[in-house]
Amino acid sequence: MTTLGYTVSDSRTMLRRNLRRLERYPSLTLMLVGMPIVFLLLFVYVFGGQLGNGLDAALSGGHGGRAAYLNYVTPGILLMTVAAAVQGTAIVVAMDMTGGIIDRFRTMAIARSAVLTGHVLASLIQTLVSIGVVLGVAVAVGFRPSAGLLAWLGALGLLALFGFALIWLATALGLAAKSVETASNTPMFLTFLPFLGSGFVPAGSMPTGLRQFAQYQPFTPVTETLRGLLTGTAIGTNGVGALAWSIAIALASYLWARRLYARRRA
Amino acid sequence: MIVTTDLRKSFGETVVLDGVDLTVAEGTIFALLGPNGAGKTTIVRILSTLIRADSGTVRVAGHDAVDDPDGVRAAIGVTGQFSAVDDLLTGAENLQLMADLSHLGRDKGRARVAELLDRFGLVGAAGRPASTYSGGMRRRLDLAMTLIGSPRLIFLDEPTTGLDPRSRRQMWDDIRNLAADGVTIFLTTQYLDEADELADRIAVLDHGRIVAEGTPDELKRRIPGGHVRLQFADSSALRAAAALFEDAAPDEERLVLRVSGDGDVASLRRLLAQLDDARIAVSELSISKPDLDDVFFAVTGHPTTEAEAA
Repeated sequence: MTTLGYTVSDSRTMLRRNLRRLERYPSLTLMLVGMPIVFLLLFVYVFGGQLGNGLDAALSGGHGGRAAYLNYVTPGILLMTVAAAVQGTAIVVAMDMTGGIIDRFRTMAIARSAVLTGHVLASLIQTLVSIGVVLGVAVAVGFRPSAGLLAWLGALGLLALFGFALIWLATALGLAAKSVETASNTPMFLTFLPFLGSGFVPAGSMPTGLRQFAQYQPFTPVTETLRGLLTGTAIGTNGVGALAWSIAIALASYLWARRLYARRRA
Repeated sequence: MIVTTDLRKSFGETVVLDGVDLTVAEGTIFALLGPNGAGKTTIVRILSTLIRADSGTVRVAGHDAVDDPDGVRAAIGVTGQFSAVDDLLTGAENLQLMADLSHLGRDKGRARVAELLDRFGLVGAAGRPASTYSGGMRRRLDLAMTLIGSPRLIFLDEPTTGLDPRSRRQMWDDIRNLAADGVTIFLTTQYLDEADELADRIAVLDHGRIVAEGTPDELKRRIPGGHVRLQFADSSALRAAAALFEDAAPDEERLVLRVSGDGDVASLRRLLAQLDDARIAVSELSISKPDLDDVFFAVTGHPTTEAEAA
């Protein structure tokens, strides 16, 4: 077999291993997917009635109160789902790196990249499943997206791309962590970023300093693009911003992760 | 199979390897003997391409460890000091994972997994997650995973540390069986009896240097053999006994006399006869075999002391 053939088959072997590990460790996935669901229900049923009335007509889509807020907040919750899922990536990567098995992989004639590729692909599948579950809950409680087929594909593509970027970031954080405990904490800031953007309330309603942060941080253009694709609000230049941020985070994190992985040899 | 010249490695200020030359012939069992912190694991990590030496050359199975690490990796199997099994996978899945990564192919891989499960007595536990295995079973699974690609050279870093005596015996048998199949084995150990039991050649490592090397017999000739320890009830008996044996070392405080000798039946009988003839009563007798401490004392002049760096 060629080198490329080995890279593909080793990556597939590692992917299979990681998926099986996720299957054997369901409490991790349940915990990670549970958090955004709790936030969805909390925000829609506790705060939603009031918050929905405060939305502009352009954002509320003609509804009022809770129904309007559910449509508004679901894209933010979906991004929170992505942010929560990648915490699992950092944890499983750190579990591998702090255990003895990584040294076994390193002493075998396998494609170097397969270990990380396996983790990233398994996490991507886990993230997409989590998104499916959370989206299902949102629809069950009344989320009614207006998106057509093309917009749906765009939305899923964006979630996958942004997820891919954050997974590489979490992989790097997992590699950088000295222990599994550290790795479970460092990516946590990601789950707060939807709050400090336009995930839960429009950034325009925030005080100046916070608003500036909210307008320029990566979650905001991604949230706005996703919201536009799913519920038909204006996207404007956010689409370009969302793509640019996703690609930049993915590339920088990939390079960082690769360096951390190589440096462990020293 | 392995040739290193002038290997040096430092971690920060700490010199871990200070010029190590090793030669391991194909088809032999080579034991690297030394206390914790001597640099044993560092040598294994360098030879198995996990880390690079600061200087010196390493050739393993005909490949240069720096220029052609994949060539080395294809020829070796490594069982590290810390268990390298996937706890969430079953024994069979762990082996299947190794078979897939060794590119054995579907049918050959399955056959090899079944063969190794059987050989290491893991058939009954094959479907259970490795996290439920006992210490001895984990080591056996670990070794089985190392063997899956039929490596010509195997590194075993302290293969029996932490095992109960029965599992230790079993591991020794496994190692001997491998050697009988023609596999070259490089093992590290803290135990002289283990090296003596298994190895064709032993190198003694101390503070990053090889301080002695040879066959177990050559090495043991350099060590004062074992000794017989005699305990007396009072110092007059001790002194009387000390007068009988030239090379004996009396300990007045503890009323103990150490008489050199291997403690075989004939010499013991002689010893006791001498004591009987002199009408000296011995309250207690014990036999000590030479251990790592004796080796170290003989070849380095100092007892084993754990170095700061692990």
